[in-house]
Amino acid sequence: MWQRAVPLLLAAPLLLFMLAFYAVPVLSMLMRSINDPFWTLSHYASLPGDTVFLKVFSNTLYTSLIVTLGTLVLGYPVALSLVRAPRWAPLILTLILLPFWTSVLVRSYAWMVLMGRHGLINEALLVAGMIDRPLRILNTPLATQIAMIHILLPYMVLPIANALRLIDPSLARASSGLGARPWATFRQITLPLSMPGVAAGVLLVFVLALGFYITPAMVGGPREITLSMLIAQQVDQLNWAHAATLSAVLLATALAIIAAFYRLPGIGNALRMSAR
Amino acid sequence: MTVTHLMAATVVGLILVFVAFPIVVVMVVSFSSATYLTFPPPAFGLRWYSAYFGSDDWLQSTWLSLWVAAAVVALATLLGTLAALGIARLPGALRVLASALILSPLIVPVIVVAIGIYYSFARYGLVGSPTGLILAHTCLAAPFVVTSVGASLMGIDPRLEQAAYSLGATPAGTFLQITLPLIRPGILVGALFAFITSFDELVVALFISGSGAVTLPRRMWDDLLFQIEPTIAAVSTLTIVLTVVLMGCAHILGKRASI
Repeated sequence: MWQRAVPLLLAAPLLLFMLAFYAVPVLSMLMRSINDPFWTLSHYASLPGDTVFLKVFSNTLYTSLIVTLGTLVLGYPVALSLVRAPRWAPLILTLILLPFWTSVLVRSYAWMVLMGRHGLINEALLVAGMIDRPLRILNTPLATQIAMIHILLPYMVLPIANALRLIDPSLARASSGLGARPWATFRQITLPLSMPGVAAGVLLVFVLALGFYITPAMVGGPREITLSMLIAQQVDQLNWAHAATLSAVLLATALAIIAAFYRLPGIGNALRMSAR
Repeated sequence: MTVTHLMAATVVGLILVFVAFPIVVVMVVSFSSATYLTFPPPAFGLRWYSAYFGSDDWLQSTWLSLWVAAAVVALATLLGTLAALGIARLPGALRVLASALILSPLIVPVIVVAIGIYYSFARYGLVGSPTGLILAHTCLAAPFVVTSVGASLMGIDPRLEQAAYSLGATPAGTFLQITLPLIRPGILVGALFAFITSFDELVVALFISGSGAVTLPRRMWDDLLFQIEPTIAAVSTLTIVLTVVLMGCAHILGKRASI
């Protein structure tokens, strides 16, 4: 009996610690969405008619979608080269991992430096004579999208590269031996077999993008805000019931997407691989 | 090298420039001699580094971040390693439940975690104190310790522990002489991740650091709201170097232990 209690005793300190300082705090905050000022679902019922919420929510989903597509388009070729060009792989991996290991704050700041009114992009375009006066890039949705694509790119590259690495190279050889051209081999063999990695990357990037706060707040400006920024605003105004309701919506959206993706074949494996 | 290869290499090269360029620009700007932010810098110098090292505010925040992170490493590594050892031996349903709680901070959007912690910590006087930051950051860092120690536990051949028992070792002796040395790389990787998690953490700190416990990321954020001056580039460069060195260590350690 004593022997069987040991595992639980080992896990108990962290479990109790996280219950006390993380789970209970978050849950009691979320409770404010249904018990403020008394038990009610009115905070949720008013959401469909709340134009600010609808605009911010659709903007958040749209931003996450664009960022996911952007990282996919840029990430797939990089993942492919990581696996197909072994000579360059260490360099490519280093270039992908260095920004990955740099904090989101620092990388967002880097984009502020680049995209500002007198930033590098504007100065370069002015010198090249392509524009007469500085473009407004910082504090636009485009700025948020570019910076978030940059920050989330590694989360797309690594799972895809893992999936590509698992493909038996003899399949591609057989395909070209049977007369398929490189593009046909890619489309019919490599691409379908790399899908679990693509799905894992899409899931990771989309869910992380949904909850992004620092980057949109720094480079996106006050006009096109995301759900995270709206939640922070509500907290600043001490509007806890609304902040809690929005938090529950954000969390439920993330969980729903994860649940939907977990039904796809092979994705659990692809995610575990890329966690390494 | 065909034309297709060359085109593919160019595309990938351009994407990699996009990835590396912003970081390089920050590092170059930090050595600028200009009083304002401009690129390329008119001349190079160390004025922004001396501005940083000459500022009590910046140094205080740096020390605070460093020792909060050190405390988080101690707490998260101890609790996380014990939990990983326990979870690996828990029966099915309990194991799923315990893992779900411990790993959930990796999924729950950080803003939700941050305001939840702020909401509750405010009632217990934990806002604006290093203690509050340490407690909150430990919850965010522990999942990394549990996953990396858990991964190295899975890699242990169970026959090693059985052999120790059959040769007369006590459970404690087996743990100290067999299990612990085998999971040490996993513990170290977890500890490095825990350090970075706390040292770089901003969103929770925005809500609970108040005016009494301004961490380094928090001070950078506050400064950015007023001006984009190159001191932040110098601070950024220093943190880039620190985190890249630590993460590089974790990467190499993790590879060697094949977790």
